[in-house]
Amino acid sequence: MSLVLGAFTMGLILSLLSLGTLISFRMIRFTDITVDGSITLGASVAAVCIMRGWNPWAATGLAMLAGACAGAVTGLLHTRFRIQELLSGILVMTALYSINLRIMGRSNIPLMNSASISSGTEKLLNRSGNPFEKWNLAGWEVPLPDIANLACAAVVCLIVAFLLTRFLRTHFGTGLRAAGNNPQMARAQGINPETMIILSLALANGLVALSGALLAQYQGFADVQMGIGMMVWGLASIIIGEALISRVGIGLTICGTILGTILFRLLIAIALRWGLQPNDLKLVTAFFVFAALVLPHGLAALKKRTHRGERHA
Amino acid sequence: MLELVNLHKTFMPGTANEVRALQGVSLTIQPGTFAVLIGSNGSGKSTLLNAVAGSFAPDAGTIRLNGCDLTRLPEHRRAARIGRVFQNPFAGTAAEMSIAENLALAMHRGKHRSLRPALTRNARTQMADRIRELKMDLENRLDNPIGTLSGGQRQALTLLMATWTRPDLLLLDEHTAALDPKSAAKVTALTQSIVQREKLTTLMVTHSMQQAVDMSDRIIMMHRGAIVQDYRDEHKQRIRIPDLMAAFDRLARRELFDESVADLLKSQYA
Repeated sequence: MSLVLGAFTMGLILSLLSLGTLISFRMIRFTDITVDGSITLGASVAAVCIMRGWNPWAATGLAMLAGACAGAVTGLLHTRFRIQELLSGILVMTALYSINLRIMGRSNIPLMNSASISSGTEKLLNRSGNPFEKWNLAGWEVPLPDIANLACAAVVCLIVAFLLTRFLRTHFGTGLRAAGNNPQMARAQGINPETMIILSLALANGLVALSGALLAQYQGFADVQMGIGMMVWGLASIIIGEALISRVGIGLTICGTILGTILFRLLIAIALRWGLQPNDLKLVTAFFVFAALVLPHGLAALKKRTHRGERHA
Repeated sequence: MLELVNLHKTFMPGTANEVRALQGVSLTIQPGTFAVLIGSNGSGKSTLLNAVAGSFAPDAGTIRLNGCDLTRLPEHRRAARIGRVFQNPFAGTAAEMSIAENLALAMHRGKHRSLRPALTRNARTQMADRIRELKMDLENRLDNPIGTLSGGQRQALTLLMATWTRPDLLLLDEHTAALDPKSAAKVTALTQSIVQREKLTTLMVTHSMQQAVDMSDRIIMMHRGAIVQDYRDEHKQRIRIPDLMAAFDRLARRELFDESVADLLKSQYA
């Protein structure tokens, strides 16, 4: 049970990353690899602030801001200095590796006994008259901190999803989506697609850094290597989400992405349980994304071929 | 009033592929005039339209609209004053967004984009009312992605979007050329009715002599980046398709002579 609970909590935290990837990859159509650096940036900023005795919520907010700055730099490199989008992301990601080491002062900060955003909830649950360390959840004994973590992740995720849905439906948000969908049309409607790219990447990486900050607090450490392959994870989650819910509206797309991330984490948890080597995880994920990107085309081509065959026969 | 003064534009200057697309174009179009640009391929008519729209900055010259200098303004900053319909019927709308969202974008063309909901009930009613006039049965499909519509339907909506808030200038870039004849006729009729009702200043590029003669108040013929003929007022009223064809023939015949040969002949005969 605690495995499932953990996968759910992880899924909720990482769904913020997926939502960030959704904005850059699907809305503004920018292949943004800054993600791999900005998730670590969020984790390291939050970790250092918490270690210095900051309020965990304030630390998380600052982490989000730092991520937004990183995203804006990627956008500026692409729009102002005409660097290819992938390369501008790689430049910022590489620079962030050193910046993250600078921020943390070393490659790893443990946060085992520090306060986190779920500390308050934990206290509240403790005071609510249940004297036991563990709660009975549908017949399973569950440690109280796990419940607090899950509740906090769910609340943050819900708030972000709600605000994001609202935002993308505003005049500004529709303008942003139009800039990604058809830049020529956006310009003709008085929208500057370049400004929209910078703002979208700032928003996307802000969400990614938020995810990183929560991740560090949940896992109990921030590590300079933790961002590697995160963009592909986000992508895999989006693809699963789109398979679950076909894209028809903003609200459903966002729900699909969150569900996709949770399902993806559950699948990983099950696969690890069945004996998948953790070291192979990224290879498997990369292969999955490859298959998801190629299979639809392959299937369509196959269908065409069989159709043609029938006609000849 | 649109004023173009001595516009010059050379693409890829100093290379083997150098194209002198505009060579000193000056043109004044009075308010409420429907002007049509015609000319063969590469004559510079689309380049001129793009220069006015702001797709690129001219090398020299001035573009003024109602007295305001647009020459150095980027395309998106001109959008508040200029409505535009492209040749490609899929270029003017965002395919994955719904009809309503596309229209909401157009209702705020060139205006500040706030953090208020784009699709209010009020906005939806307005949209449904305007779309009903198209008689395309789209008023009940406001939430469908616009990419599911046909080219003709999308071009009609693009036209509606370009004129939703009254532009100082409407630019039409062969906007019926890529449509099937039936849709083209429908979009042409819609163009005429909107332009007449709103008394829009319009600049249209077309390859169709029929359209040029039927729709316009003024026909401007371009050749090699310059204006060679300008039919207006009574002269325009008398012009018929054969006259335009004859003018084209004269240009083509002149083309047969190399410029140096023309000079030689001139020196012999003059």
